[in-house]
Amino acid sequence: MVDNRYDTTRTMRTPLARAKGLGAAGHGAEHWWLHRMTAVSNVPLIVAFVIIVASLAGTNYQGAVSIVSHPLVAIILILAVISVTNHMRLGMQIIIEDYVHDKGWKIAALIANNFYAVVIAVACLFGIVKVGLGRVL
Amino acid sequence: MAPLEERPSMAEVKAPAPRPLSPHLQIYRWSWTMAMSVAHRITAVALYGGIALFAIWLVALASGPDAFETVQELFGSPLGILVLFGYTGILIHHLLGGVRHLVWDFGHGMEPQVRTNMARFTLIGSVTLTLLIWIAAFVLR
Repeated sequence: MVDNRYDTTRTMRTPLARAKGLGAAGHGAEHWWLHRMTAVSNVPLIVAFVIIVASLAGTNYQGAVSIVSHPLVAIILILAVISVTNHMRLGMQIIIEDYVHDKGWKIAALIANNFYAVVIAVACLFGIVKVGLGRVL
Repeated sequence: MAPLEERPSMAEVKAPAPRPLSPHLQIYRWSWTMAMSVAHRITAVALYGGIALFAIWLVALASGPDAFETVQELFGSPLGILVLFGYTGILIHHLLGGVRHLVWDFGHGMEPQVRTNMARFTLIGSVTLTLLIWIAAFVLR
């Protein structure tokens, strides 16, 4: 957070805190930056994801297992799940902070958001890893 | 000084004049950039909920043929295909919108005509790409 007040000599903040520029929460631009970084990594991963899912359309169990268990597909899906679940967690946090003003509900919503993102990530990763590890090329 | 009981209590002290508030959404004339910005957030929420479908599909695949066939039947039903088609459109829309916002993050494409065209392209591009993806998925099968 840039301190761009007119008179920065009259401040409660220590010079070190101002130099670090991490703001009141102590995280600086970390949230914003991780949101943009995962946005960038999402682009190629989602393109690959769409191609993979399109190739899965209408397949039977054996066909789906052989596609998802392919090392290249499994690795791309794992990367996509990590990138997407982090991106959606950060994005939903912004939406909650924009619209939920009641402190209790806001904290509850933020906790639920983190839980949901982790549950989705773990469920997806478990599925990919279990199917993927069963295959020997 | 007035006797103590006649003085206004702290609770009765006149509140300061209300500060001006920033006008809310309905004040503005709708523009392409505004509409696509709103759509970007709505598609984000839809994707957030919809990813559970992919998690369910993967867990079913990991659970074995019976669970997988059940889920595959559900996704292959008319309603399932409609949902997946909608999800594709929403995903592509958010993807193109995200790239547009990344370009703007770097300070490019801010000119009035350029930014409107970029917002238009988000809608036209996402509809076109979604149709192409589904045509390709059906043709190549």
